[in-house]
Amino acid sequence: MLTSILRRLVTVIPTLVGVVFVTFLLTRVLPGDPAVYFAGPTATPESIAEVRKSLGLDNPLQEQFDRYVVELDHGNLGNYLATGRPVLAELTSRLPASAELTLFGLIISMAIAIPLGILAAVKQGSWIDHTCRIVATAGVSLPVFFTGLLLVYVFYFRLGWAPAPLGRLDVFYDAPPAVTGFYLIDSLLAGNLELFRASLGQLILPGVTLALFSLAPIARMTRASMLTVMASDYIRTARASGLSPYTIVVTYAFRNAMLPVITTLGMVFSFLLGANVLVEKVFAWPGIGSFAVEALIASDYAPVQGFVLTMAVMYVALNLLIDILYGVVDPRVRLEA
Amino acid sequence: MTAAPALSVEKLCVEFRTRSGVVRALDNVSFSVAKGETIALVGESGSGKSVTAYAVMGILDPAGRVTGGRAMLDGLDLLSASERQLADVRGRKMAMIFQNPRTALNPIRQVGRQIADVLIRHGDVTRKAAPAAAIEMLRAVGITDPVRRAKTYPFEMSGGMCQRVMIAIALAAKPSLLIADEPTTGLDVTTQAVIMDLISDLAKKLGMATIFITHDLALAGQRAARIVVMHAGHIVETAPTRDLFVNARHPYTAELIAATPDSATSLDALASIPGSLPDLRRADLPPCRYSERCPRKTERCAQPLPVGPPEAVHTIACWNPLPERAISAPKVNAA
Amino acid sequence: MTDITANTATRRGGGAAALLRHARYVIGENPITGLSFGLFLLIVIAALVGPWIVPYNPLASDTSAALKPPSVAHWFGTDQLGRDIFSRVVAATQLDFAIAVLSVVLVFLIGGLAGVAAGFFGGWTDRVVSRIADTIMAFPLFVLAMGIVAALGNTVQNIILATAIINFPLYARVARAEANIRREAGFVEAARLSGNSEWRILAFHILPNVFPILVVQMSLTMGYAILNAAGLSFIGLGVRAPTPEWGIMVAEGAANIISGEWWVAFFPGAALMIAVFCFNLLGDGMRDIVDPRRRT
Repeated sequence: MLTSILRRLVTVIPTLVGVVFVTFLLTRVLPGDPAVYFAGPTATPESIAEVRKSLGLDNPLQEQFDRYVVELDHGNLGNYLATGRPVLAELTSRLPASAELTLFGLIISMAIAIPLGILAAVKQGSWIDHTCRIVATAGVSLPVFFTGLLLVYVFYFRLGWAPAPLGRLDVFYDAPPAVTGFYLIDSLLAGNLELFRASLGQLILPGVTLALFSLAPIARMTRASMLTVMASDYIRTARASGLSPYTIVVTYAFRNAMLPVITTLGMVFSFLLGANVLVEKVFAWPGIGSFAVEALIASDYAPVQGFVLTMAVMYVALNLLIDILYGVVDPRVRLEA
Repeated sequence: MTAAPALSVEKLCVEFRTRSGVVRALDNVSFSVAKGETIALVGESGSGKSVTAYAVMGILDPAGRVTGGRAMLDGLDLLSASERQLADVRGRKMAMIFQNPRTALNPIRQVGRQIADVLIRHGDVTRKAAPAAAIEMLRAVGITDPVRRAKTYPFEMSGGMCQRVMIAIALAAKPSLLIADEPTTGLDVTTQAVIMDLISDLAKKLGMATIFITHDLALAGQRAARIVVMHAGHIVETAPTRDLFVNARHPYTAELIAATPDSATSLDALASIPGSLPDLRRADLPPCRYSERCPRKTERCAQPLPVGPPEAVHTIACWNPLPERAISAPKVNAA
Repeated sequence: MTDITANTATRRGGGAAALLRHARYVIGENPITGLSFGLFLLIVIAALVGPWIVPYNPLASDTSAALKPPSVAHWFGTDQLGRDIFSRVVAATQLDFAIAVLSVVLVFLIGGLAGVAAGFFGGWTDRVVSRIADTIMAFPLFVLAMGIVAALGNTVQNIILATAIINFPLYARVARAEANIRREAGFVEAARLSGNSEWRILAFHILPNVFPILVVQMSLTMGYAILNAAGLSFIGLGVRAPTPEWGIMVAEGAANIISGEWWVAFFPGAALMIAVFCFNLLGDGMRDIVDPRRRT
């Protein structure tokens, strides 16, 4: 088991190299002088020259790349011009906000999509099946930022049920003492139920927006996978043995059907991480996505590059975790290697 | 003394709805199996042998429908029973094993647990005692080192071992009827014999009635006490094994026997059955579905087939059967 | 697995006429497919002549009539600068549709050719193309598009390029798989033996066979390209005010949602949704036309 994990870790290395190379390329294909971009819109000729020197832009490309890698090694992603703080520090401080939002959205999504897909497959032709199909088709057509805005209009403006979409907490509240950075967990750890409810209230609309977005591929894959599995020979054997419907659907069918769904999660994460940026803008969520957008508007380039690199590394890590999870569930992968 | 049969199928009719029409897969199929008896259901591919078994077990494809008949098992009509009643009966009173044993087992569940699942459900065994009981089942089907094997997965086992596991699953709750649908297809010849021996031994030990479904007449001859011959969804002849081979009366049975290779027959002499199965979607199917390819066809064959007395030992669905003892078939070695 | 010889047979001879007949049958048979084709035509018309037939100038602002709700005079209401939203939504069709079409054509050419070359020649070509595709897939796709447009500059051309790049792996993979299958096919051997160079075989025999499979994907990609462009515009990359484009219009209307003027963001968003929905349905319809065996 451990050896297969280590083996997979090794295959990740060329991917990471590719990622670093692409982000490096992105900084050097800037139209005009990269130094100008990194120095920012308010730079003087002197600071531009300084930046040029520190980036080594006069050196051959190979040397530049080596220097880039060295800088990355030291965690140096440049500085955020608006605050002067290092980009890496900004990203790290904002990461929990994005992570909490994405995980919350994903959990809601799976909690709805998977049962929906299972029921749609088990009760083919029923209203659940049709609902599932409609959700799957509509879900891929809805622009995520539009869904977010619609939800805000209906639930905040019209119904007044949700709080104002102004970030993680209303101004009246202070953030809970940071343990994980997740407000939901930290407020519970601090025993502050009111803070928990306030955080949850802010989290619901953006979370549901993200959930609606990822609902479609998960539901569709669950349904398709369950349909295939339910028609398989071993389910026929299970039925012929008189096993209870629960055992057949959950213990036998579901676990087998989840394998393709786990694989789909990789693609779902790709979409989710992108959608995260848009949802953070709509709900003024202080995560790394809105950080990148703010930097973009201010023509500050280093944070954007740092953001792209961070997201890519996170995505590679997530895919690795998914691979490992797949191996845990499917013994054929574990043992046949 | 006529004891109640283990299974009695009466006038079973099954249809399939397909894009190209309604397929009348089974038409008035009737046969019975006595307690502890081993019979064989033989016929070409497409004759309806497996459909009969699936209909009895209640696991027909959703496109299939039973449109008539009864299947009596221990006083319960399986064809009109509810799904819950069927789930209680399957595994406990009747069981089935399938061909291609590898794909018929859950690929991501240890074989010991798959057996234990059946034991817990039907076998009056507690959850704690089930793993040990599963190991005993593995031992009973002849798997060596059952303690270790119980924790293995189907993909780690050979085809023969997978079939043994499937037999263990089927017999875990000691049913009184076993249906074996081509259990040796896909296995090599040595393993085939071993598996067939295993099934026969266990059937004898448990006093279990067995229905072998096969296209191999020679195999049926070796293992079954009685043979039921099917053609295009009809039963054309049923007889005790020796009677069938020595005294086949239905023209189709005779052709089938003639087409069965025997070690003494040269390849040139191998007969084949002329014609092909009729299209079962036709609305104008003749009452005897063999008549269009039968060399002994007469005008009378356009009439509905004769139904013999139910207690008859040797039934023939034919207006113009072969005379008694007309053809001496090549000797088939009885077991 | 598609029947290789059958596919080629239907492409020659009476192939085109039979295809059209089958297309008409499929469109007629399923009302939803028919609806999506109709909608598609509507979008194309709006894209072609939209800017000239709208009641108001999409760029003309009239601050005295700002933020008026939908009425007979302004079907979709007006925005913060008093511009007629209906005119802007229809005018935006041209830009969004153009972005979609150009992105898709570009990715088909680059991705399709690269993939087909990789599958056909194997060896180094295959390794390089696969490595490029894998590296692109290592990024969350929208994030990569952000990075590309931010790096190359905030223009519509770069949005098109970025969309093509992030869809490259999918097209390359499909094209590669299909070319791999056909590499050893009979008709390829025949073409080779009659003296065709490898590139000719690639261009005239393999690529045309790969096209039907990709055409389904292209329809789906058009929807995705519009969403992508809209998303980028929403965060300020790509299209800039006052150009009418659905994504940027939603962004402009976002602040107004909170104060209750829903129409500013709603109509462009709805247009987005309908267009993408239409392309997705179209993709399903194309799938039925191109290969009924793949019907879900």
